Amino acid sequence: MGLLDKQFEDGNIVITSLDNLLNWARLSSLWQMQFGLACCAIEMMAASASNFDMMRFGVIPRATPRQCDVMIVSGTVTLKMASRIKRLYDQMSEPRYVISMGSCSNCGGPYWEHGYHVLKGVDRIIPVDVYVPGCPPRPEALLEGLIKLQEKVRNYSSVKSVA
Amino acid sequence: MTFQEISEILKQKFETAITAVKAEVQPDPYIIVEAKSIKEISTFLRDDESLSFDFLNCLSGLDLKGKLATVYHLSSMKHNHKFVIRIEVATEQPNIPSIESIWKTANWHEREAFDMFGIIFDGHPDLRRILMPYDWDGYPLKKDYQVPEFYNGMKVPY
Repeated sequence: MGLLDKQFEDGNIVITSLDNLLNWARLSSLWQMQFGLACCAIEMMAASASNFDMMRFGVIPRATPRQCDVMIVSGTVTLKMASRIKRLYDQMSEPRYVISMGSCSNCGGPYWEHGYHVLKGVDRIIPVDVYVPGCPPRPEALLEGLIKLQEKVRNYSSVKSVA
Repeated sequence: MTFQEISEILKQKFETAITAVKAEVQPDPYIIVEAKSIKEISTFLRDDESLSFDFLNCLSGLDLKGKLATVYHLSSMKHNHKFVIRIEVATEQPNIPSIESIWKTANWHEREAFDMFGIIFDGHPDLRRILMPYDWDGYPLKKDYQVPEFYNGMKVPY
């Protein structure tokens, strides 16, 4: 919390930039869309449960896309599901982020050659911010992906584009 | 009852309907029957006191290149015996009577066989695709199936 360090001496006044404030607020409350697609969802649930406790990063599962900031695509994206995912993404309000979790949603995974029913990577339909490799990734890996996303949000600037 | 005994009973009752008896196939020996008599045979297998096949384990589709087949795995909870029936039809005219009215299990299993192989089950109350989207073209588990290049604007191959 370097942003707020030693800023409280003078009558509880914090001096910061609007970007910093907004980014801090956004990265500290990345509400997650509560949906899972395959076995990765089991690891995602483990990451949410008490051992790994994703809620300490401000990630709260929400059951409606209107209240969500981040969509964790956890599992195999079938072509039948792809249009639903696209619609759910479109229903989220901006700023919105996507974590692609596991090999299937990264690139098709084990279905890359013979999976006639699988979309070979969710980035073919929606933009992805962070890719988490693994089949499925351990909860620690998902948490690392989340922290990567927080870093990305922390460096966002509404004035200049971040390389 | 063993496979031999059950197939003997069926041979006596439905002699013309049985095309072949594959007793040597392991672990599941089967008989091949005519498509048009499957309802009659199924009803007999279920209702006969000494057979009482009260459970359809599984109904599966097969592509035998030129022929399509369905396989019926049957069990009797009462007598603890099992039996396998197969039907083979030409790929050009894959019509098989539905046995949904005899074993309710067949409802979704026949929809799956229709979805994957294009086998048409006459008399099925709701023969829609069950796994693939309704607007999907073709039957994915057929041997000559070609994966489409695009589906609804999404590229399918890697």
